Amino acid sequence: MKRSLAISAVAGLALVTGCTAGTESPGPALKSATANDPVTVEFWHGFTADNELKAFEDTLAGFKQKFPWITVKATKAIQDDQILQAVRGGNPPDVALSFTTDSVAQFCKAGIFQDLNPYLAAGKIDATALFPKVIAEYTQYEGKRCVMPMLADTYGLYYNKKLMKGNQPPKTLSELADLTKKLTVRDADGTIKVAGFMPTSQMYENAPIHTGVMVGAKWTNPDGTSAIGSDPAWKTLMKWQKDLTGWFGYDKLEKFRKSFGDEWSADNPFQKGKVAMAIDGEWRNAMIAADAPDLDYGTAPLPVADDQADRYGAGFIAGTVIGIPRGAKHQEAAWELVKYLTTDTDALVTLSNAIRNVPSTLPALQSPDLKKDPNFQTFLDVFANPNSSTLPAHVNSVFNQQTLQEAQIAWESGRASDLDALLADVDKKINEKLKLTAGG
Amino acid sequence: MAAITLGNRLRPLAYLSPWLIGFALFFVYPLISTVYFSFQRYDLFTLEPVGLLNYRYFLQDDAAWTSIRNTLWLVVVMVPLRVVFGLGVAQLVTRLKAGAGIFRTIFYLPSLVPLVAGTLGFVYLLNPATGPVQAILGAVGVRSPDWFGDPAWSKWGLTMLALWSVGDLMVIFMAALLDVPKQLYEAAALDGATGWRQFVHITLPVIRPVLMFAAVTGVIQTLQYFTQAMVAARVASGATDSAGSVFVPGYPDQSTLTFPEWLFHQGFRDFAMGYACVLALVLFAVSMVFTLILLRQFRGFGEEDA
Repeated sequence: MKRSLAISAVAGLALVTGCTAGTESPGPALKSATANDPVTVEFWHGFTADNELKAFEDTLAGFKQKFPWITVKATKAIQDDQILQAVRGGNPPDVALSFTTDSVAQFCKAGIFQDLNPYLAAGKIDATALFPKVIAEYTQYEGKRCVMPMLADTYGLYYNKKLMKGNQPPKTLSELADLTKKLTVRDADGTIKVAGFMPTSQMYENAPIHTGVMVGAKWTNPDGTSAIGSDPAWKTLMKWQKDLTGWFGYDKLEKFRKSFGDEWSADNPFQKGKVAMAIDGEWRNAMIAADAPDLDYGTAPLPVADDQADRYGAGFIAGTVIGIPRGAKHQEAAWELVKYLTTDTDALVTLSNAIRNVPSTLPALQSPDLKKDPNFQTFLDVFANPNSSTLPAHVNSVFNQQTLQEAQIAWESGRASDLDALLADVDKKINEKLKLTAGG
Repeated sequence: MAAITLGNRLRPLAYLSPWLIGFALFFVYPLISTVYFSFQRYDLFTLEPVGLLNYRYFLQDDAAWTSIRNTLWLVVVMVPLRVVFGLGVAQLVTRLKAGAGIFRTIFYLPSLVPLVAGTLGFVYLLNPATGPVQAILGAVGVRSPDWFGDPAWSKWGLTMLALWSVGDLMVIFMAALLDVPKQLYEAAALDGATGWRQFVHITLPVIRPVLMFAAVTGVIQTLQYFTQAMVAARVASGATDSAGSVFVPGYPDQSTLTFPEWLFHQGFRDFAMGYACVLALVLFAVSMVFTLILLRQFRGFGEEDA
């Protein structure tokens, strides 16, 4: 028995120990030579949906035409963990793509991805003229640009025109609450048949990074410590969510939510007509076109806090990022691929038209070839809105979001009743974690 | 003759070397490096000595203490219930006159179901909106709780899952029960002992080593309880794999957050490896304490048997 315990303890320990860190790579070795020897670039990306995969492969074919000596060997369905493990194992791909911007600070700080500023300088590319300003916040950390943006995502309000019964999309949180009550259909016992809007943070895209923008809430102070407890905007948002949740009844709302189909399938509750209004990203346009072409819907910017009417039109912005991991073997060819995917107007416009993401460069946004319809235009406008914001790169980005989301769930379920104490505790946890991981 | 003496001295070491090398490589080295890393800030790439920071963080990390309480709850509630339930089922199945083979198979089968599949099945069955359990209970007017969505019920949901897959224990209990000498029961019956007294005074003492084995392995497994809690929380929370939605293990309200889950999360999600090493050392210490207690119990058995 001792043996098996010892073995299990060792297994646990072995899990958290291991070899020491890899070495810092020497940085870009930019040759001036023009010799175009055949080279194969390993490229890891996260696309899995059939329509997106096809469009992305078409884009890579376009790259092959421009750079016939570079062969791209693409691997699909890669998550951040796999990138990290490969870099750590000393066998990374030449180029890696991530759907989340949450890890950018970690990627930069630990040097998991190389700083691309020298490449940009060598190629005389002016990033400030090429990319909208907000993108700089999630592709850089402490002066290092370790990833480049490849298409962007923005968030807005989708509404089902039939279920709206002639009402216009709401512009403020009060209007959203009123309309939600008006449009909700319930049985005599309170069982929800159609929800006007799902107010809880647990609903698919209602994560605090998306909803916080509705009230202009702040996450962190410039020194990285938490601003959540001291920013009254979070309280405005959470009280609003709690009030509307109370109107439905939390249990009823949870029961209804748990009857929903998968977010990424044709059973998405908005596509099925179970909710009249929903927060979602611009990609939903392409998914509705594919799965529910008969759905009569519209899109609008997210409603804003009642006293911030002038901020209407703003939304949350993030995007796909792409970079060259430390230890990449074919750095020059890798940079050509990164450059093509992130700065080539034709490539970005073609990809945007196919998967309905927002192009991430100013020239691509202004390209006449970019297909625009009113529902997609909403998201382009949100992207261009000066009040739109992103979650600035933070070394504990994921932890910070988790901590707030846990507090939101405790609050909206009624299991925590003192909002001030709850948010003060969020501050404490975030600040302690910052000391643990980053010092200060 | 010195060489021979040295050879004689070294020979036992040579015989022991496979074990020695394995022990050094897979136990001593990881243990030492775990202790070393526990004093560092380590994100897998950069090392920075931070003294006792990781240990101080542990003392005020509410989630870590919550996970310890949850894990102890599972050890104290789930393990005994599994043993009692497994013994009960084994008793019934061994006494069956007809169809014993079928019932043994039925009760054993769930323990062969892969953990993830079984957990997914349970969350689906107990879904408060679409699950068949609620449909059946609703038909007779009873409202089932939101098993994996209510912190008051989530650990009980996991306990039910553990009881459902009790087949592994049932099999060893059955073997032990069938091994109890029949003449003991006959002698007891002659003395007028009824079913319950026979069970307490004959069955239990005879199968005690097997019960102890079940308890020990149960405690060890439960200290490492991970998969079912992770899968149940993930599915029940409805969290999706999309940018911007983060999954928090332990849903709801950290009520299913176990210690190994938190250790894994710190190490491989937040990359606070130094802190994860502190947690690993705590787990190691707790495991050692349990081992010593249980070893003592076993020694007691040996003497009793002799």
